[in-house]
Amino acid sequence: MDMQVGPILSALRRHKAGAVLIALQVALTLAILCNALFIVHQRLSHLSEPTGLDEANIFVIQNEWAGKASYAQLDAEARADLEVLRRLPGVADVTTSNSYPLRGAGWDDGIRLRPGQLTDTTGATVYFADEHFVRTLGLKLVAGRDFRAGEIGVMAAQDRLDPAQVIITRALADTLFHGDGAVGRTLYLAGNPATIVGVVERLQAQSVARWAADFAHRVVIVPRRLTSTLGTYYIVRTHPGQLAAAMRAAPAALVARNPRRMFDPRMGVLSFAQVRERAYESDRGMATLMGVISAVLLAITAAGIVGVTSFRVGQRRRQIGVRRALGATRRDIVRYFLVENLLVSGGGILLGVLLALAMNLWLILRFGMQGLSPTYLAAGVAVLLLLGQAAALAPALRASRVPPVEATRAG
Amino acid sequence: MFVHYLQLGLGSLRRNPLLTALMVMSIGFGVAASMVTYAVFRVVSGDPIPQKSSRLFVPQLDNRGPRYNRNGEPPDALTYTDAMALMQARRAPRQTMLYQVGLSVMPQQPGRLPFKALGYATFADFFPMFDVPFLYGRGWNADGDEARAPVVVIGRQLNQRLFGGTDSVGRTVVMDDQAYRVAGVIDDWNPQPRFFDMFSSNGYADPPQIFVPFNFAVAAGIETYGNNSCGSGGKRGSDRESWLRGECVWVSPWVELDDAAQVQGYRSFLEGYARRLREAGRFGWAPNVRLRDVRQWLDYRGAVPPESRIALAVAIGFFMICLVNTIGLLLAKFLRRAPEIGVRRALGASRRDIYLQFLAEAGMVGLAGGALGVLLTGVGMFGIGLVFQPQIARLAHLDLRLVALSLAVAIAATVLAAFYPTWRAAQVQPAWQLKSN
Repeated sequence: MDMQVGPILSALRRHKAGAVLIALQVALTLAILCNALFIVHQRLSHLSEPTGLDEANIFVIQNEWAGKASYAQLDAEARADLEVLRRLPGVADVTTSNSYPLRGAGWDDGIRLRPGQLTDTTGATVYFADEHFVRTLGLKLVAGRDFRAGEIGVMAAQDRLDPAQVIITRALADTLFHGDGAVGRTLYLAGNPATIVGVVERLQAQSVARWAADFAHRVVIVPRRLTSTLGTYYIVRTHPGQLAAAMRAAPAALVARNPRRMFDPRMGVLSFAQVRERAYESDRGMATLMGVISAVLLAITAAGIVGVTSFRVGQRRRQIGVRRALGATRRDIVRYFLVENLLVSGGGILLGVLLALAMNLWLILRFGMQGLSPTYLAAGVAVLLLLGQAAALAPALRASRVPPVEATRAG
Repeated sequence: MFVHYLQLGLGSLRRNPLLTALMVMSIGFGVAASMVTYAVFRVVSGDPIPQKSSRLFVPQLDNRGPRYNRNGEPPDALTYTDAMALMQARRAPRQTMLYQVGLSVMPQQPGRLPFKALGYATFADFFPMFDVPFLYGRGWNADGDEARAPVVVIGRQLNQRLFGGTDSVGRTVVMDDQAYRVAGVIDDWNPQPRFFDMFSSNGYADPPQIFVPFNFAVAAGIETYGNNSCGSGGKRGSDRESWLRGECVWVSPWVELDDAAQVQGYRSFLEGYARRLREAGRFGWAPNVRLRDVRQWLDYRGAVPPESRIALAVAIGFFMICLVNTIGLLLAKFLRRAPEIGVRRALGASRRDIYLQFLAEAGMVGLAGGALGVLLTGVGMFGIGLVFQPQIARLAHLDLRLVALSLAVAIAATVLAAFYPTWRAAQVQPAWQLKSN
């Protein structure tokens, strides 16, 4: 480009205010845009994370008991319920557990490798399971075996958690044994030894909160039915296409067997698709909000650039006329205003990069977010440069149509 | 004269509709974004019990030790053993313990299905400590705590559902197969965030509907509906009785202390209690206690969700961009009228007149932007359910204060933004402008 930057700079120096305002606006926009899009990316990247379940065919019933009963009675009731559900048309298999992936809350515990170890090797989600759990959820065993019916015990929440066998996820096995075979080895759960009999490929934790992100897939499955006066979860897998019908039939069949129970109007019966939607509600909302804000922001910044550039063109009609009279082509005039915008935007972008990093640092320190990826910063810079050029183009074209005769006007 | 400036401003705005529309939209969007997020922030960061928040305290006690506690902080709740010890010590004018309960309510009418009611097991002091408003009757008294009598205080909604809203004091409610005598009915009461139960709730939930005596609930084996945290080190027990005596924390404690001397006294009592436990061999570490008041407690527990803070920060940044944008557009607009200013100045208008005229014009832009902002804020209020938890979104609403604030912020910000462009406009020299055209 044979454009002389010197005259543009000196012209800018004489009309500082407009240039500074545009640069400031570009800087602020860049800072917010990069961080907003990065938040969108982070939130959305969670959304598609697989749980390891056969999600399309699974629904969950939260069964709460009415009245008071002993733990033995409650367990007998639960087993009778499982039989009823198993006999429903379209149902492939049924299991009972204390929780399930994406539910939000449940049982977490510390895992150690040696009896005398003083601190946990890692935290892990604990799912209670019977011999139907792995099959019902559609988990893939990659090593070892499933639980046997004889291994399943019954416990209350306040009882000692000391199963002889456990199944763990590959993520937990990798954390504990770094790729060596896990089956047959021993881990200490809540201080008690347990032998690993199987490894499943993948199973997500109950919480998708950021504090739980470190052990999101580190799960230990224990062969216990957890009985509680508060109730239990039944997880049902249907044959393909039978989900809706089974979801309608299941609560009615359970109430017909024993009416002394309650299903929460909002949470009682949920398809796994609904579970997933609830779990990521705020993530999706945050992404939407950031997306909308980014779009409006870009529109406002573009409008601002158009407005101020038009003003500068109007201010310098005579000067443009002089240049045209002295032989500048229309392309030269267009280029002049585009380069001017490039310089102003460039200054704003330099400041904006600093602001974006500062804002990101605040998000990291305050909310434990990740560092802004350079890709986003680069993308933001590119978007704003293009936006600036596009916004400056219309006024620049208008400037190029200023006739040389303008030079002869008074002033 | 000022009216004349307003008219001039209006005329000028009409002459340049595109630039004016840009400015109005810029201000409108900026104001709306800030106001929507502020409305949510107002809900989540407010003081839930302003009249007493500096007199209510959460005692915390480290029963896990430096190896297992989190960043040196004691757990957020107490063990049953410590909760009972603090209750029996009675070192504060008022004190209570509480844990969440969820009981099945059996309607009196035959054929109706049972339903779940959530609330708290707590002590008599709960009601006066937290200024709980009663519709009928009252809470149980200190004897009620000790007698372990099956009494219940119910919420307005439950009273409506069971007794059609009539005075039900003395009547019976059957919950989990146990008959409870109604001691009182409370009015709608649901402080947000639910400061007294930050351990088990996220701070935002439907109003609690049942309150039963703590000692009765524990003796009856009513399980906690809330959290139970056993930590990594401590003794957990192997059945209910040993769990109850073990080191799992699940009871939320509160004390009311009226002045600095009492606070100091209670803190030394806590330290002394921890020291005695060390001497007795239960704790192997120096006393590590906390005594936080409501605001400190909410801050420590992070009652304001990160979504809200991030959204507010982004919205304020957004508003700033809108303002910078407005400054630029006003500058363009005002200086484009340099000839007009020159004529007015030549005809005798003072700089002050120019200031007044252009600030009045900016005020009009601000007013229009504010009106658009209020409209957009109303639209945004419907959308906040997408971003924030429904329990929080429900609480945020467009009230008169917010409308007034939106308009005031819009006008003030626009007039502020207009100062520089106006100053530039006032610098226009009368003679030079006359000559140039």
